[in-house]
Amino acid sequence: MVPLSYYLVLSAILFACGVAGFLIKRNIITIFLSIELMLNGVNLSFVAFAAQLNKLEGHIFVFFVMVVAAAEAAVGLAIIIAVFRTRETLNVDRVNLLKL
Amino acid sequence: MIPAVDYIRILPELVLSIFGIIVMMVDPVLPEQSPKKPLGVIAVIGVLAALAATAYQPGFYGSAFYNTVSVDTFSVFFHVVVLLIALVVILISFEYLDVQRIRSGEYYALVLFGTVGMMLMSAAVELVLIFIALEISSISTYILAGMRRRAAESAEASLKYFLLGSFATAFFLYGVALIFGATGTTNVYGIAHYFQTQQASVLAYLAVGLMFVGLGFKVASAPFHVWTPDVYEGSPAPVVALMSTGPKAAAFAVLLRVLFATGAPGWFWMVWVSAALSMTLGNIGALVQQNVKRLLAYSSIAHAGYLLVAFAAAKQVGISAAIFYAASYAAMNVGAFAVIGHFASEGEKYVTLDDYAGLGRRSPLLAATLTIFLLSLIGIPVTGGFFAKFYVFSAALQSNLVGLTIIGVINSAIAAYYYLRVIVYMYMRDERVEAPVARIPAGLGVGLAISLVATIYLGVMPGRVLDYAIQSAQDLLK
Repeated sequence: MVPLSYYLVLSAILFACGVAGFLIKRNIITIFLSIELMLNGVNLSFVAFAAQLNKLEGHIFVFFVMVVAAAEAAVGLAIIIAVFRTRETLNVDRVNLLKL
Repeated sequence: MIPAVDYIRILPELVLSIFGIIVMMVDPVLPEQSPKKPLGVIAVIGVLAALAATAYQPGFYGSAFYNTVSVDTFSVFFHVVVLLIALVVILISFEYLDVQRIRSGEYYALVLFGTVGMMLMSAAVELVLIFIALEISSISTYILAGMRRRAAESAEASLKYFLLGSFATAFFLYGVALIFGATGTTNVYGIAHYFQTQQASVLAYLAVGLMFVGLGFKVASAPFHVWTPDVYEGSPAPVVALMSTGPKAAAFAVLLRVLFATGAPGWFWMVWVSAALSMTLGNIGALVQQNVKRLLAYSSIAHAGYLLVAFAAAKQVGISAAIFYAASYAAMNVGAFAVIGHFASEGEKYVTLDDYAGLGRRSPLLAATLTIFLLSLIGIPVTGGFFAKFYVFSAALQSNLVGLTIIGVINSAIAAYYYLRVIVYMYMRDERVEAPVARIPAGLGVGLAISLVATIYLGVMPGRVLDYAIQSAQDLLK
């Protein structure tokens, strides 16, 4: 059996890749996908813990995370389209009417 | 088999969801280009019905749905605060949507659904439900932020809010996953039991840190505050009134329940540093702002800092001070954004300080109202802001947090400068631009009156609300 720590390390790496993508990438869609990667990293942790502890909560949580991620994707893509219509770009550096 | 009493324990949420669905179903029946005021009226009735349902709840304290929801004084208190915020926001939206030519009926439904999420956040004691409630409230506000669809600023605000909000959610979730791994449960009581009986592992410390990062984004505390000014500047003013108070109060409720009341380890210095940073960065940022919405965004960061001071303080006094602060901050901030939204006019043209010059002469009533809200934000006696700050700082002093209290008091003095600057512009500068001031319509008048009465009431007779806050704190620590 693969020990728990392997799963946790992989999940942390996935999460870290997501964070890095969020911070480095400039295309809005790629940034959005990075967030999905983070969520899937978390899901892996949930499943690993649930299997290790033999508790159902972790499995249930994963389903809810997936549902919520789908809802977020629907809303997020709509927002991205609204931005593209007004600015005609998907580069975050050029979506800068409001100064950061 | 779920007992019938469980449904009473989530009655306000049920009522509000049903009214939200009714709004969505009536919307297609109305003529497409007509104003959507009838939907607003339905929404107001829904909020009033939910308030009535909340008033019915105190006889039915206890937990419901297999220990996922807990109805106690704490949840009822936050229900009332969030519902009053929603009521005022809907009332001030009548005129705003007309003036901005927003013809989307789902606006009101989203306000109602978002409110359901915030109410569930304050009642949930199961991390699964807390996560879903957090997302219901967040996703609704992401859409609301972009309601001025044709304005590039609004779409941009919506995008920034969405990206950073989801980013924060992922951190919160990772924290939840780790705390599940460390304690073996996702129930708040189970987690509390674990922390009382066992030595916390490294995993638990990590989890607490990650959850604090996630919730820190939601409440806009430094160093997770960078999105706030942009989002508040671009979003429609009534929506800012909602999202600067409702989700914030709800996220603080979650912080109280999950980190504070469970006795989770390792949050003290995080909260300390975050409070000091929020107060300082918020107030210094606000000093140089010309846009009034941006100015209040920085002020809202600073207020998140004052609230966190209460968290750093000892348990019971700290919790009651934090609860009282959340309520009084909601009253004054919603009112201030109501005035700003009315004055901004079509396309939100008039939002800079220069536009406010001479407002005291053109519209004395509006200027006087805004002045009271700003004085309350400073913390002048006879307003709710005074007692809120007073309780927070006295709670901090009681727990020997002298350093944090000094930082807070210095910051309050700095804050007085930029709030007073707005008042000086309104009363002592000659107007340079001809900004028109429309008459105050009935909906806005009622909304402003509610926030004004709440602000003054909390400043003159804070006793009753404070008693509730103390009662809530006791319930929470049981």
